[in-house]
Amino acid sequence: MNRLRMALSSTAVRFSLLFLLLFFAASIGLVLYVTSLSTQIIQTQAKTAIEQQLDRLQVAYERAGIPGLFRYVEREANQPGANLYLIADQSGRILSGNVRELQPGVLDRSGWVQNPFTYSRFGDDDGEEFRAVAQVLKLPNGLTLLVGRDLSEPERFRGLVRQALTLALGFMMLGALLIWLLVGRRALRRIDSVSIESHRIIAGDLTRRLPVGASGDEFDRLAVNLNSLLDRIESLDKGVRNVSNNLAHDLKTPLTRLQARTENALINAKTPKDLKSALKSNLAESEALIRTFNAILTISKLEAGAILDNRQALVLGPIIDDVVELMEPVAEAMGVRLIYSGNNQAVCLVNRDLIAQALLNLIENSIRHAGDSNRCIEVHLGQTRNGTAEITVKDNGQGIPENMLEAVTERFVRLDPSRSTAGTGLGLNLVKAIAEAHGGKLELSDNNPGLSATISLPLAI
Amino acid sequence: MKLLVIEDDREAGSFIEKGLIEAGHTVHLSMDGDSGYHLGTTGTYDVMIIDRMLPKRDGLSIISSLRDQSIETPVLILSALGQVDDRITGLKAGGDDYLTKPYSFAELLARVEVLGRRRNGNSQQTVYEFGGLKLDRLANAVSRDGRDIILQPREFRLLEYLMARAGQVVTRTMLLEGVWDLHFDPQTNVIDVHISRLRSKIETGYPSPVLHTVRGRGYMIKA
Repeated sequence: MNRLRMALSSTAVRFSLLFLLLFFAASIGLVLYVTSLSTQIIQTQAKTAIEQQLDRLQVAYERAGIPGLFRYVEREANQPGANLYLIADQSGRILSGNVRELQPGVLDRSGWVQNPFTYSRFGDDDGEEFRAVAQVLKLPNGLTLLVGRDLSEPERFRGLVRQALTLALGFMMLGALLIWLLVGRRALRRIDSVSIESHRIIAGDLTRRLPVGASGDEFDRLAVNLNSLLDRIESLDKGVRNVSNNLAHDLKTPLTRLQARTENALINAKTPKDLKSALKSNLAESEALIRTFNAILTISKLEAGAILDNRQALVLGPIIDDVVELMEPVAEAMGVRLIYSGNNQAVCLVNRDLIAQALLNLIENSIRHAGDSNRCIEVHLGQTRNGTAEITVKDNGQGIPENMLEAVTERFVRLDPSRSTAGTGLGLNLVKAIAEAHGGKLELSDNNPGLSATISLPLAI
Repeated sequence: MKLLVIEDDREAGSFIEKGLIEAGHTVHLSMDGDSGYHLGTTGTYDVMIIDRMLPKRDGLSIISSLRDQSIETPVLILSALGQVDDRITGLKAGGDDYLTKPYSFAELLARVEVLGRRRNGNSQQTVYEFGGLKLDRLANAVSRDGRDIILQPREFRLLEYLMARAGQVVTRTMLLEGVWDLHFDPQTNVIDVHISRLRSKIETGYPSPVLHTVRGRGYMIKA
């Protein structure tokens, strides 16, 4: 019972049942329609045949009176065929014709006998009963004339048609049922397996995936798409978890410091000078917090595609010139040489501020991590054959271990796991977000020694 | 200067009001778009400070309407929206400068004073002179006490920007925007390094400094 209810709750089963029912009703209707149509045709045919005979009898009667009528009936009755003739007297005794016995009451009224009646026939000795329609005429001298037409032949034909039709429809129904069992149930089973698996995923196990068959049909394609959707959700989920963990750490530490310092100042500060210095360090702390927040906001907006409307086709060279020129004294103050080469004419669809910010971040990063001797950062603008401009920043510092190259571009990832050194851990992530928002990418590689970072951007022309 | 502040956040508004009054200005504070707009139409202010999101009437529409009536009072827009495109929309609506929340009061004050000064018509001089330091924009020449000083193009523009606002505090962000046309927080001391380079060229060997550091605020050219 339970299984039946479950089966009925499935849309496919309900649809199948509905179709089956409709099909069944239509079949019955069709059979009834065809049969009634053929009945009508048979009756019309019989009527026409009877009227023809009556016309001839009329002629015989007019020519030779009652004896002529009798002669005609005698002659015709002996011929094989479907026509029925009968002349009876007032008491209903059969005087002439090819009818041996008649369903009682047929001769009582004159005119058409609409409903088929039964009769038996001379020359058919086993007393078989046939069916016929007829016209009854009362003659002036008390005699009754009946002219009719046998219906057995057409009725047998009608039966055959009905039988054939019923049989054909029956087979069709059986076939439909079979196809449904084979195809529909298979589809249902696959949908069920998907829904069972998705229940497990909803329950929290994001590592599970929907089953994919080998046939590559619609279901497989759907499953593959849903699986890649799940991949994306899983990575986003991981990202969100990571970010909230790191956010908690990166914001909680400075906030705790802020609170502690304020409390301490309120309790222990004795002179205005003490208070002032506490306020100053609080200000610096909150400025750093705001910077972190701004960076997170910028990255989120970039990842959401916020800048797409606000780009211009610009020659990259001058932008890089500006940033290098801006950063050069900073590098020099740190004892690092900053060299820019490759002043070509690459034009890209960019937001100048963002590209400048990305490059500035890379250069700043390199200055911070430059090596101990012969400290040098090279900035290069190149153009590849496949239509991208490449801005590369290379240093000869300690670089990034191979296995961390990918990870450092993630949000809040730092080489220093204690996260105790300065920096938001968002620098490279911001560069990556900027590159990707421009349809490009950020690639990091080993410069042996040092780090080589390349922003590639699609050329506008 | 006579200033109009339209800011719906009571605390932020009175904070600005108090700071500006302490800096020696007259301040009218309005808490919503409608009344702020009506005050603005009088046209008697030197600078207006308008928050972008206001009750009753938003900041940008106030600015556009005022500009339509040929009221050219300089406007500093305050906004929580800090994306590049937000800034551009703000400036297109007729704002003269754009400051993203949260901002430091020093930044606000410096920008307001520079905007007010611009209104009083000392922009676009060809020659700036201050304490023996002379910058000739047309001749592209700088000298101090009659002796020529050779500057790099960017150093020249930096000095020009500072001298055009002599006597006023110029913040680091203002310099990055005005001299380098970069609108983001570089998170480093880049500007300080450029200033100290410039300073070594215009001050080394001269008895008195002209380019002063104003602690916690920025830089200022003064005798």
